[in-house]
Amino acid sequence: MNASARLKELMNAHFAGVDRAARERTAPVAWCTSVGPVELLRALGYEVFFPENHGAMLGASRVANEVMGRAHALGYSPEICSYLTSDIGSYLLKKTPLQRHGLSGAPRADVLVYSTNQCREVRDWFEFYAREWNVPVVGVTSFRDIGEVETHHVDAIVRQLEALVPTLESVAGRRLDAARLEEAVGLSRTCSELWGSCLRAGASRPAPMTFFDGTIHMGPAVVLRGTREACDYYRLLDAELRERVRAGVGALPRERFRIYWDGMPVWGRLRDLAALFARLETSVVASTYCNSWIFDALDPADPLPSMARASLELFIARAEGPKERYLEARIEEFSVDGVIFHDSRTCPNNSNARFGMPQRLRKATGTPVLVIDGDLNDLRCYSDEQARTNIEGFVEQLEGAPPRATA
Amino acid sequence: MTAPTCYAGIDSGSWNTKAALVDGEGRLIATAVVRTGADVQGAAERAYASLLSRAGLTREAVAAVWSTGFGRHSIPIATGARTELDAHARGALQFVPGPLTVVDIGGQDAKIILVDGEGRRVGHKMNRKCAAGTGSFLEEMALRLDVPIGDLPRLASGFVEELDLGSFCTVFSGTEVLGLIRQGKRPADLARAAYRSVAKRVLEMERVEGTVVATGGVVAHHPMVVELLAAAIGAPVKVPAHAQEIGALGVAMSALAASRGPGGA
Repeated sequence: MNASARLKELMNAHFAGVDRAARERTAPVAWCTSVGPVELLRALGYEVFFPENHGAMLGASRVANEVMGRAHALGYSPEICSYLTSDIGSYLLKKTPLQRHGLSGAPRADVLVYSTNQCREVRDWFEFYAREWNVPVVGVTSFRDIGEVETHHVDAIVRQLEALVPTLESVAGRRLDAARLEEAVGLSRTCSELWGSCLRAGASRPAPMTFFDGTIHMGPAVVLRGTREACDYYRLLDAELRERVRAGVGALPRERFRIYWDGMPVWGRLRDLAALFARLETSVVASTYCNSWIFDALDPADPLPSMARASLELFIARAEGPKERYLEARIEEFSVDGVIFHDSRTCPNNSNARFGMPQRLRKATGTPVLVIDGDLNDLRCYSDEQARTNIEGFVEQLEGAPPRATA
Repeated sequence: MTAPTCYAGIDSGSWNTKAALVDGEGRLIATAVVRTGADVQGAAERAYASLLSRAGLTREAVAAVWSTGFGRHSIPIATGARTELDAHARGALQFVPGPLTVVDIGGQDAKIILVDGEGRRVGHKMNRKCAAGTGSFLEEMALRLDVPIGDLPRLASGFVEELDLGSFCTVFSGTEVLGLIRQGKRPADLARAAYRSVAKRVLEMERVEGTVVATGGVVAHHPMVVELLAAAIGAPVKVPAHAQEIGALGVAMSALAASRGPGGA
């Protein structure tokens, strides 16, 4: 993709900016969970670092397995989030792929801000650093397994967001400006719409971008949400994808089958899996993971309630029923031939194969499903051979399946 | 010189490499089994040589060799490959028509493969990254009981008491066996418990119903597993001839089907 060069510049600038702020004290630095209340931080002038992004970098660079053992030795179990254990191990051993971006390590935070809308681990993760650095850790304790998002859910989260403000103002040394918050929410909304448009290009045949590409291109949607740079990037990417669609250029030279991926990436095997699917002429055209940075609810005219609603409508925070309806809609939207569920050992909240969903989805839609065992970062939980046989076998199954009606 | 008319399949497994030869009509001519060891390619060559020797044929008689099994992509003489999932389903279908559920228990993994009435695979499950429910588990148990793996069936046949091994993990099960030995439990009962454990783990992977066909080396050499599976599901479990070589047969059939062009299956 031509946009990749700009992506690299943007990500480098992001890391350099947070690092400079932390070293030279040019701006307050906050750590924020990936779908946390970043708009509040932008409005208050924080430079924001996203440790889940760092976790993914540790996984993709395979540094994770070199360092996570140090966190295990501190009492952080190998059964809990391997982003957490990778990141803490990286901090303790001073080993990080951020060094390739010119940083000596993850930038030190002045405040740590979480939302447990994805999992409880983020709070424990941030509390480690709060103890290390003696800085405040604040956050939103969210609802989980939500059926329908109701007004009382939204109201409760709004009250928690409001309660964050005094601490965030105190650390930043400035008052929250309503206009700046509206602007940040507006930019997040625009970023979300543009990223959503990029992902919807995957509905075309052939798909112009795969899930594996998407996990890289989603970087700005995660770390630069609420900025103009992110919006500009997705305008560029979206235009390139539209042109590919217009010209009939697919991500793969030939697209025999189309797959939906549910669950976390296996970061340390991203390249291998992309190559395997390419060899099988099978395009992973859409994913829950990449879609998770689309926030339809954000509304600059109603900042905090819309931020609250967006955080609650997130797929990962929902009950099985809404999740199933969401996946059924994506199967239809992207005309997929099969769904692969990654059951990620240390990420139960982002693994949807543990309560019978694949079987129910297969029954409801007639779509073949496959569950592969693995992990987001801990490659000890992943077997290359088993995954390869499972995936190759699944594609063989699709080869023998009767033709499906196309949408 | 006559045209080659046979098709060979090689199943490169973790313990054994199996080979099968079929004629142009899909009739089984011969099979062979050799230990895989550390040399996957060498084992494939030995299995193929043994196969041809048993068939009384030379390589010139073979139109194509296809491979399956964990080493399927590491066999230079193979010109095509299919997964074990495909090969075992196809092999089982040579003996039993669909719809059926194939339970394959091999050295390093166990699989449940669902096949519809048209002979198409409609789903599968493999064991997690864990040896429980596989031949490797039985190897470990035989080691703990200090008997060669080949003697485990005979030992288990003398069981008196039904014991359960409760651990998910093969290593923990080994520790559990040592504890039971210290408690004075009989080796025959522990061997039986090992088989019960394999059957239990396999049946936890997926619903097993309808016509059930068991394949794989464990099934071929440890018939007590099949008895226990049948007892647990309350229905007979069919074991085809050449249960151990069924994957090799299946992939030989794939080679034959490919020679007939698209739709040749």
